[in-house]
Amino acid sequence: MKTRFIIGYFFFFLLTGTTVSAFGKEVEEKAEGKVKFNASTYILEHIADSHEWHIFTKKNGESVAIYLPVILFRKETGIDLFSSKQLSHGKIFKGYKLEEEGELKGKIVSVNAEGAVDEENLPLDLSMTKTVMGMLSAAIIGLLLFLSLARSYKKTGISHPKGIQSFLEPIILFVRDDIAIPNLGHHKYEKYMPYLLTAFFFILINNLMGLIPFPPPFGANVTGNIAITFTLACCTFLITQFSGNKSYWRHIFATPGVPIWLLPVMIPVEIIGMFSKPFALMIRLFANITAGHIIVLSLICLIFIFDSLALAPVSVFFVIFMDCLELLVAFLQAYIFTLLSALFISLAVQEHH
Amino acid sequence: MILLSNSLTTPAIGTLVWSALIFGLFFLILTKFAWKPILNAVKARDEMIKGSLESAAKAREEMLKLQSDNEAILKKAREEREGILKEARDVRDKLISEAKGKASEEADRLVEKARAGIESEKRKALSEIREQVATLSIEIASKLLGEKLKQTGEQEKLIDNYLKDIDFNKN
Repeated sequence: MKTRFIIGYFFFFLLTGTTVSAFGKEVEEKAEGKVKFNASTYILEHIADSHEWHIFTKKNGESVAIYLPVILFRKETGIDLFSSKQLSHGKIFKGYKLEEEGELKGKIVSVNAEGAVDEENLPLDLSMTKTVMGMLSAAIIGLLLFLSLARSYKKTGISHPKGIQSFLEPIILFVRDDIAIPNLGHHKYEKYMPYLLTAFFFILINNLMGLIPFPPPFGANVTGNIAITFTLACCTFLITQFSGNKSYWRHIFATPGVPIWLLPVMIPVEIIGMFSKPFALMIRLFANITAGHIIVLSLICLIFIFDSLALAPVSVFFVIFMDCLELLVAFLQAYIFTLLSALFISLAVQEHH
Repeated sequence: MILLSNSLTTPAIGTLVWSALIFGLFFLILTKFAWKPILNAVKARDEMIKGSLESAAKAREEMLKLQSDNEAILKKAREEREGILKEARDVRDKLISEAKGKASEEADRLVEKARAGIESEKRKALSEIREQVATLSIEIASKLLGEKLKQTGEQEKLIDNYLKDIDFNKN
């Protein structure tokens, strides 16, 4: 209970603190009657990827941000590596420009000598974006956590768990005893434990870090980015296909009990099934986490939509409520992804149907 | 529609590459340096706990068996003791009764012997007494005779008297 309150307070101060400063510009401009506050633009900017990590906007409209490295590849010029500060405020650098409007908004495009966008010649963007940096920080935190955990196991040997072990071991045992063993069985589960544990903790750490809105290593919408969930789902897909045994492939290409004339229909259906399972994994994680972020941000936006400080307590109350719910969702989505991965792998490795 | 047209739902190639790289490295490093040692340690502990529980159960079973064995032995010993005691009691009773029989026989025999001895002694004594009485009588008689014979008439009278008294049929 106490920790939840602490987490609640944490969210309270961070959300109220950051949002007020982040909205400083918009609110001021609105008072002058220049710009009308656009909630959907604001929310999408916050959950989308970007080449800089925006921290806050000063009263004078100057934004404080971490400029992330931009890595671009173009056939004629090869690889270009520079800070995204070079592209801030619509500047053109080395023939590149960060598009601020239109269909390519937020993307880096090539510009020709006249300053027009060269749509034929888009560079391959391999930048370390906000999402990548968030993911990298989560991976580093995860590595520090679990390597020190492994070290402490070396120290304590087989005696009872101590310190960090007593917190993380139940989660590891939960993955083993409630996800891996029930689905994969006692004989096969060990082979897949490293993947299941990695996926579980990778998703969990990223979910939790995404919930903390501030400061920079936190607050990136990593597991709510479709590319990340695509990669994770791809891993499950590849593991499933490569561990598929004879009965799994027979089930796809010669489903037992199906008459031969039906096979031309069944085989495409089964092949679609192969892909739809990881596709569902990808969409589920992406949609759940993104939706959580959108709800929290929308509730904050209410204050600015109604332009009334009186609404703030209500809004903050609901945000705290939502954050508690999101805390649950963070664990739940990590659990569901791992559980379904184990289930899909088990369908491929089970002996007979 | 905003979401569909937005870059949100189209995976960016750069992010894909980085996520594959970071996740792959994260997986490889953790598998080699974290999951394997952790899972092995947990497994070793589980096995040790299982082993200790099993051996504890076995020990308890053995103890129970020993206890029941002990009880059986104790019971047997008690029964044996009872048997020995009973036998001893029987032997004692028999001995006592035998001894009693012998003793009473002996006593009877002794009494009989004593009685016989007494009888023979009595007879001996009687015959002695008789002899003595006879001797005394003769002495007295001789003395009296001596006196009486001094008076002639008297002697004959006396002899007669004596003779009258003596019953020759008596032994």
